[in-house]
Amino acid sequence: MSTTNQNSLLRFTTAGSVDDGKSTLIGRLLYDSKSIFEDQLEAVENSSRKKGLENADLSLLTDGLRAEREQGITIDVAYRYFATPRRKFIIADTPGHVQYTRNMVTGASTADLAIILIDARHGLVEQTHRHSFIASLLGIKHLVVCVNKMDLVDFNEDAYQTITSAFRNFSSRLDIPDIKFIPISALLGDNVVEASAKMPWYEGGTLLSHLEEVHVGSDRNLQDCRFPIQYVIRPQTDEARDFRGYAGRIASGVFKVGDEVVALPSGMQSSVKEIFVGADAVERAFPPQSVTITLESDIDLSRGDMLVRENNQPQSLQEIDAQLCWMGEEGLNPGVRYIVRHGTTEVKSMIREVLYKVDINTLHRNEDDKQVGMNDIARVRLRTASPLLADDYRRNRTTGSFILIDPGTNLTVAAGFVS
Amino acid sequence: MTQDYQLDHLDELEAESMFVLREVAAQFERPAILFSGGKDSIVVTHLAAKAFAPARIPMPLVHIDTGHNFLETLEFRDALAERLGVQLVVGSVQATIDAGRVREETGAQASRNRLQTTTLLDTIEEGKYDACIGGARRDEEKARAKERFFSHRDDFGQWDPKHQRPELWNLFNGNHMPGEHFRVFPLNNWTELDIWNYITREKIALPSLYFAHDRKCVVRDGVILAHSEHLPHRDGETPEMMRVRFRTLGDLTITGAIASDADTLEKITAEVAATRITERGGRVDDKRSETSMEDRKKEGYF
Ligand SMILES: Nc1nc2c(ncn2[C@@H]2O[C@H](COP(=O)(O)OP(=O)(O)OP(=O)(O)O)[C@@H](O)[C@H]2O)c(=O)[nH]1
Ligand SMILES: [Mg+2]
Repeated sequence: MSTTNQNSLLRFTTAGSVDDGKSTLIGRLLYDSKSIFEDQLEAVENSSRKKGLENADLSLLTDGLRAEREQGITIDVAYRYFATPRRKFIIADTPGHVQYTRNMVTGASTADLAIILIDARHGLVEQTHRHSFIASLLGIKHLVVCVNKMDLVDFNEDAYQTITSAFRNFSSRLDIPDIKFIPISALLGDNVVEASAKMPWYEGGTLLSHLEEVHVGSDRNLQDCRFPIQYVIRPQTDEARDFRGYAGRIASGVFKVGDEVVALPSGMQSSVKEIFVGADAVERAFPPQSVTITLESDIDLSRGDMLVRENNQPQSLQEIDAQLCWMGEEGLNPGVRYIVRHGTTEVKSMIREVLYKVDINTLHRNEDDKQVGMNDIARVRLRTASPLLADDYRRNRTTGSFILIDPGTNLTVAAGFVS
Repeated sequence: MTQDYQLDHLDELEAESMFVLREVAAQFERPAILFSGGKDSIVVTHLAAKAFAPARIPMPLVHIDTGHNFLETLEFRDALAERLGVQLVVGSVQATIDAGRVREETGAQASRNRLQTTTLLDTIEEGKYDACIGGARRDEEKARAKERFFSHRDDFGQWDPKHQRPELWNLFNGNHMPGEHFRVFPLNNWTELDIWNYITREKIALPSLYFAHDRKCVVRDGVILAHSEHLPHRDGETPEMMRVRFRTLGDLTITGAIASDADTLEKITAEVAATRITERGGRVDDKRSETSMEDRKKEGYF
């Protein structure tokens, strides 16, 4: 096999309805790949015994909060880490319960791949649709649909085929290029790390082998140079009296020493003098590196400004059409001046209009009901107090995303996608 | 390595942590780094030095001294602050006890671990710190696995794990009311092995306690504890010379050592890679109950 993924990092998330077996699957994945420490396993065995269970309940490996263990559900996303000789993984195990959808979005927002679980007995339910749609909205390009609890349907191929064709039908309206299907039993381990002996009709690989092999590196945008300035470094010490460095993380594109750049919003031109990672000078920088850039000319930039290339610039938008995934317990209130946090800027905004809401089951637009409440996905037009330097979210996850903050409570009430 | 514009995973973790640290400096008025003297807070400090180079780290190191610290930890702390030219603020648990703000625990399980929380919250209030950066990692413990990068604390310093703010992408919302503060965890996504690999790669200096050395110890309930004046003996306990090292450094009355011959970073990394017990497996404080970390974190513990 190729070794291109060696030492690379895959961030993935679980998704699907409550009780479909997400946490159990993660527990099983960790257990069968021997990534669980003895004291952790012992603690899980003790807790399982206390609950009167015969076997270790592997979901307790991620359901770490008292309330989660008492109720047997996941409430907030848990992050777990494991490595095989072929790859490193960061897992976000998210809750299926509709009330905690915001935590699912949290876990999925930094993922390269999502595993959607579907209970083989129940097939697609509303949360399957919602989570798949959110994954698509987030621009997750790789989906693994695990039809779980195959042990409860006698490992029957027809049950599996019915669900996969229903999902294919639904997902044709989503924007996810790579979708893979695997029949599993998270409880017993079939097709998770070890191939199942009970489903000879399935000819594909196991979940783990797929996770090890899937290639996500090409998902990054190396074309459009965007460097949002996060912090200005001015040491004002004797050794570095005139140093003025612009610190930030490359959002997209490749910056090289000597490159001509334009600073936005001022439009002033300069060229890259030096690039540092810490104290070390480097020749070039690319996403997701955190670097410090100095410029040849003495122009004054601050947080929120952006370095780009002359012939490839983001839009400067004050009137913005965007999808919102609403998370606030209170619904969208058109009278509130929500704060938009976008990249390294924060600016007041006004929601001018709700254009439509998305019906999560049919993916149709609903233009009649414009009350946006918790867990709704809506398309809105908003106006900001000053222009945002933005790209379409599909092209650029960093410059195309924003959050809305309620100025009264400081809570994050929505995730926004410029499109 | 960077031929195809791929970062290896340590570079990716480093970039993420530097981003978080810079975001703290930009969003908050009075941030601080909570410096325990352990390897994780040493790595955080190293990352901060990188994030703000060639300037000095624009925030103080705050250390909560239980009065039961290893001497090596304190010497290391002072030398590091001096070398980096950063301000050092020390909150003293002894002073909190002397002021009658807390009462020293007594009995066989006595420890100052929990008392630290009061001193910590007092120190935060006195310094008016609005963001406290810690070295905790999600892989340490199941309640920590739930942490955000920016973790909100109410005006009593408490964590509410059932109502955490959603944290989308890398858009951190540090907005808060006066009196509230944030705990920030730049190392959230690092594992213990990542930390050791990174320390080796970056040649980061560590207190000698992390390396195998000969020391008088007592073995209590299967945990190897360093012999010291702060650790009253129980009946039948006699200190014995052992070859040990520490995986974490906390209050010396609760931090278990492990028997080990690993006296170089390479040997330690190899040992960590092969180990089957978590690093907090040796911490008496975590064993008090199934959710003791969550309970302490809710109160405002590190
Ligand atoms: N028979 C069988 N039971 C399973 C399987 N996978 C999970 N379960 C059971 O289904 C129940 C729910 O599993 P969890 O892993 O907690 O489900 P979840 O998707 O994480 O639920 P939330 O996080 O609350 O949304 C538990 O009782 C599991 O033991 C499976 O493959 N077969
Ligand atoms: Mg779960």
